[in-house]
Amino acid sequence: MKLTLKIWRQKSAGTQGKFIKYEIDNISEDTSFLEMLDQLNVELEEKGEEPVHFDHDCREGICGTCSLYINGHPHGPHQTTTCQLHMRSFKDGDTITIEPWRAKAFPIIKDLVVDRSAFDRIIQSGGYISVNTGGTPDANEIPIPKDVASEAMDAASCIGCGACVAACKNASAMLFVSAKVAHLGKLPQGEVERHARVQRMVAQMDEEGFGACTNTGACAAECPKEISLTNIALMNRHYFNASFSH
Amino acid sequence: MSWLIKTLTSTLGRKLIMSLTGLFLIIFLLVHLAGNLQLLKDDGGMAFNIYAKFMTSNPLIKTTSYILYATFIIHILLSALLTINNLRARGAGYKVNRLSEGVTWSSKNMGILGTIIFIFLVAHLKHFWYEMHWGGIPMVTYEDVTVKDLYLVVATAYGELWYVLFYVVGMIALGFHLYHGFQSAFQTLGLNHLKYTPAIKVVGIGFSLIVPALYALIPLLMYLS
Amino acid sequence: MILDSKTPDGPIAEKWTRHKFGMKLVNPANKRKYDVIVVGTGLAGASAAASLAELGYNVKAFCFQDSPRRAHSIAAQGGINAAKNYQNDGDSVFRLFYDTVKGGDYRSREANVYRLAEVSTNIIDQCVAQGVPFAREYGGLLDNRSFGGAQVSRTFYAKGQTGQQLLLGAYSALSRQVNTGKVKLYPRTEMLDVVIVDGKARGIVARNLITGVIDSHSAHAVLLCTGGYGNVFYLSTNAMGSNATAAWRAHKKGALFANPCYTQIHPTCIPVSGEHQSKLTLMSESLRNDGRVWVPKSKEQAEKIRTGEIKAGSIAEEDRDYYLENRYPAFGNLVPRDVASRNAKDVCDDGRGVGPTGLAVYLDFADAIQRDGRDTIEAKYGNLFDIYEKITGENPYNVPMKIYPAVHYTMGGLWVDYNLMTTVPGLYALGEANFSDHGANRLGASALMQGLADGYFVIPYAIGDYLATMPYDKVSTDHEAFREARDKVDNDIKKLLNINGSKPVDHFHKKLGKVMWDYCGMARNADGLKKAKKLVQEIRDEFWSDLKLTGGYDELNMSLEKASRLVDFLELGELMIDDASLRDESCGGHFRSEHQTDEGEAKRDDEHFAFVAAWEYKGEGKPEVMYKEDLVFENVKLTQRSYK
Repeated sequence: MKLTLKIWRQKSAGTQGKFIKYEIDNISEDTSFLEMLDQLNVELEEKGEEPVHFDHDCREGICGTCSLYINGHPHGPHQTTTCQLHMRSFKDGDTITIEPWRAKAFPIIKDLVVDRSAFDRIIQSGGYISVNTGGTPDANEIPIPKDVASEAMDAASCIGCGACVAACKNASAMLFVSAKVAHLGKLPQGEVERHARVQRMVAQMDEEGFGACTNTGACAAECPKEISLTNIALMNRHYFNASFSH
Repeated sequence: MSWLIKTLTSTLGRKLIMSLTGLFLIIFLLVHLAGNLQLLKDDGGMAFNIYAKFMTSNPLIKTTSYILYATFIIHILLSALLTINNLRARGAGYKVNRLSEGVTWSSKNMGILGTIIFIFLVAHLKHFWYEMHWGGIPMVTYEDVTVKDLYLVVATAYGELWYVLFYVVGMIALGFHLYHGFQSAFQTLGLNHLKYTPAIKVVGIGFSLIVPALYALIPLLMYLS
Repeated sequence: MILDSKTPDGPIAEKWTRHKFGMKLVNPANKRKYDVIVVGTGLAGASAAASLAELGYNVKAFCFQDSPRRAHSIAAQGGINAAKNYQNDGDSVFRLFYDTVKGGDYRSREANVYRLAEVSTNIIDQCVAQGVPFAREYGGLLDNRSFGGAQVSRTFYAKGQTGQQLLLGAYSALSRQVNTGKVKLYPRTEMLDVVIVDGKARGIVARNLITGVIDSHSAHAVLLCTGGYGNVFYLSTNAMGSNATAAWRAHKKGALFANPCYTQIHPTCIPVSGEHQSKLTLMSESLRNDGRVWVPKSKEQAEKIRTGEIKAGSIAEEDRDYYLENRYPAFGNLVPRDVASRNAKDVCDDGRGVGPTGLAVYLDFADAIQRDGRDTIEAKYGNLFDIYEKITGENPYNVPMKIYPAVHYTMGGLWVDYNLMTTVPGLYALGEANFSDHGANRLGASALMQGLADGYFVIPYAIGDYLATMPYDKVSTDHEAFREARDKVDNDIKKLLNINGSKPVDHFHKKLGKVMWDYCGMARNADGLKKAKKLVQEIRDEFWSDLKLTGGYDELNMSLEKASRLVDFLELGELMIDDASLRDESCGGHFRSEHQTDEGEAKRDDEHFAFVAAWEYKGEGKPEVMYKEDLVFENVKLTQRSYK
């Protein structure tokens, strides 16, 4: 395959960036999208140019490191992570525009690499159950209904990639935050501190400068792990409940 | 009270206010529609004019109307504030934008739709509400009561093609606004349930189609007759 | 040097309890006077950092990823073992211990393995309390499954994402301590050297990957929780960033490296599709429960498949070789990982491999679909089939899957004693970074168990025993030893940037990977290893004269990061070859083709090789020196494995 790539290049956080056009040839359709970029980078390095920087690590769709806004969609045209996107999803001669995640809370570090530590700070503000190591009861002490465990699991499968923020027209982090609130809030172990948790996490989310949710559903539509909008409703419920009745 | 301010100024709190004011305005739409439908009654505007008089003089209704004004103002100002914040949260935008699967056009353009409705509203208020309260409307007497002949003002306005078209455009914007806003209000309140949400969605779609259509039908029919 | 494992005396079941009692304690009020550095935030690192901070120590946690949650523990699919015996099927601490020692082909330290089995039950309790959403039965109790050929159901799991959920549990505990201020987090920061003052590990030198600033951090103890070195092979199931740098640099500062040749090859990975490939993807082993492994009987037909002339479906039943079922009638497609892997290699070497490259075998679900119906198969493996289709573009419901073995885990690592301390006082190694628990082969669902056991339940005790003997004084980072280490790191980076050759990093890494895979991979022999040693040396020379790096010193420079890691892989690769040559026997994942039974199984030589080979770095260009830690088996009888 032969492709035209328009890629956002930016030397560092403080500098101006711009789109640069690259032509690339001999791309096999079995190549993954990131391997296509690897191939471009080898060509660039051989010419003495700096390779395009992008985040990636496990390349099996679970670590949440890879990002990229490809042709108007986070992680490209399918509901999966960029590392799992393959070139057979494109046609010979296509032009592909590759942009970094855009959000005030995700400042650009270089090229397509952004700083998502805001997510870590949200978790640090309350995304946990306050138990120390040791002294915990037997694991079978508290029976948890199978469907509750499985709903908690679905919410917990969030990989923290930030596609929800990238997809949302308001750069809102509600899906990410609500996934953690729902995961822990649904389980009896996490219910104990669910009021304080949701309030602290929402306060931190606001402080990081994420936008407000307008319920467009773009986040869930683009989420590679199919985190559901019902989590956001649940978070709202928990938050109002925590604020007004406790 | 600091907890209340903290709650209501958080993004979730602001959304809560948007949702509640939105739902209140939806109820208002029904009440207003009930009144408007009387325009179609073939009695030379008597029922409508008496109704208009009642709406401007009953103390209970008057009190409610102040709440309504506040609701409008809050809904509009807060949405402007949220929109500015949301734009700021995005920062530099994308070069290529595509609609995600299953995401409606109206959900992404509530601000634009709201602005159109706002313009409509200002004109609407100027034409009827202001005239009714402080304008020089001729009086009309039915048996033993004398009331302002608002019907005449309305009928005159609806006789103008441009006004009718303006009205219809406003109602189309309202329809799209409600198409997203109705169900969105429930989602914000945390009412998203596997069993009931589909019903809310159906009612919402029905509401967003029927109510604005009925509103728009009145000036259309009056113009044509 | 005499390697003292510090294994406590007494009956195996009492060793850990007695040892815990014998260990010195640090007074709660004094814990805040000690600083601990934790490098790596995977299962071992995150759990250790969180637990130590909870106790009151001041912790600094480092990871090269942008967030601690990205560590590669996250990718583990299958599950975590624990001797809970919830299923009432005869499991016990002793049985888990026994299975692990046997599975490791009798090359692990009994006492460590027993402790691992013993604390395994606490891990499950801990994780459930943290909110890890393990799978449950309808009655609300925890579900278990049998995994990797175990004869009891002791594996706890969270869908196919157990590693993710356990890591997120540990990450949440870590985040909570960041919030309390007891842990300071350093993401996108890579450790490049250990600093040793007066013979003790007292800090590290690390590079901020965004600014390029080289900084040093002082502490009373340093924990390396930096994972394995599977990326020596270039293509592996490890993450792209997984590296051996921290462990290797510690090795060069005096920590012995044990059993580097022990690598595990996983039989069910998606085959390599071409030159462009950067990474291999694992398909859960559970697929072998229903899939049948086969290749064509004749080379001619295999050749036709490779060229695309015919499809798998057009090969008649009698022309298919279900080689695992034929050779191992008792276990069939469920033979252990190493056996399944080697047999796949054999048939492909025989010219009967399929797929465009000829390096793949079929894993066929046609019979299972016919027998159980498509719905049943979809319920069991639906998400795996989807992953497969996403990557390969082929639908496994209609055509057989293609699989091939890939490097997955490294059992070797830094030598540690019973307290997880390396041969450098104050320097610890936890999780996959150490060598201690899996012997020559790791059982499925045991890696997660070990990482969390080390971090949650071993190091909090072990480190107190050491710190109690340490003065509170902090070493200034202006100390001579810190300055030297910083200068060295700074020079090394500048040296790489100034080679000005013509080839990018990946060129050399791919070459190294191919040599390691061909000669030090699934099967090894003396001649091949000799050849490989020379080849690796040549690649290293070429690397140092012809590497081309772009980008600068003081900015985010991912090529520089890769080059810096490759420097270490190029040296470690040679040690792996030396270790594989020295170990003139077959055991577990180390298969010397000279040593096999008539059935083609790994043939151990317990008389001569029942020891841990721990290597000491002697300086640049000098051969490393090997020390033995003899392995004594008092509780387990050594037997030859057989799966016929």
